Amino acid sequence: MSSERRKTLIVVRRAPYGSSLSRASLDAALALAAFDQLVDILFMGDGVLHLLPDQMSSNIGVKNVGKLLSSLPLYDIDAVYLDASAAQQYQVDTANTPVTAQQLDNAGIQRLLAEYDHLLGF
Amino acid sequence: MIYSLLVLSSPVSGHTAQTAAAFAHAVLARGHSIKRVFFFDDGTYNGSSQAIFPQDETDRLQPWLDLSQQHSVELILCISSAIRRGLLDDTEAQRYDKSGSGIHSAFTVSGLGQLVDATAHSDRLVTFGG
Repeated sequence: MSSERRKTLIVVRRAPYGSSLSRASLDAALALAAFDQLVDILFMGDGVLHLLPDQMSSNIGVKNVGKLLSSLPLYDIDAVYLDASAAQQYQVDTANTPVTAQQLDNAGIQRLLAEYDHLLGF
Repeated sequence: MIYSLLVLSSPVSGHTAQTAAAFAHAVLARGHSIKRVFFFDDGTYNGSSQAIFPQDETDRLQPWLDLSQQHSVELILCISSAIRRGLLDDTEAQRYDKSGSGIHSAFTVSGLGQLVDATAHSDRLVTFGG
């Protein structure tokens, strides 16, 4: 692997559990982190539903996304961002998210997107 | 400029995967290069050698084969996405005791490290689908 470290932002726009894209986006984030790349995650639109507390995914026989998110700091994925207006729309309890997420308004999201070399949108 | 493509869309649903292949051809026609095309999630269906499309529809596979055969573009299918969709190469078919390969020989099965490597070595990584 190259010594070059480019900054990548994973943009998660889909709800968890509705399709396999949710898991794919997080797998991509974990792979980037495992190979020592700089990677952050932004949950926006329907994607903010990833951050609901107390997900009971065993009821539908799939892995718990919330549990995976709570382990992100162990993988050196430190910066997790949350679309504040979508969080409000879906009434996500931002005080009890599975992983600490910094809320951004639309202007903040615009500034964030400009900071990265690569955006991977899922 | 060095480009890589991340393809998330199946060739069966919508035309995003076809757009991705057309974009790749346009990139090369403009004199840029392509480091790699990484197929992930439903995008791995693009590598199927077994899919049959109606004769009056556009060939979904040929544009990718042209990229590989005429321009030596690397086409990588994410292994974990592929095998859970029944897309096995000879090695994986043998490993899991399944019959035969369903992946066209122009495609290579590999891990997410290839996506990471593409981000590290490309000026632009363009996502299709999702």
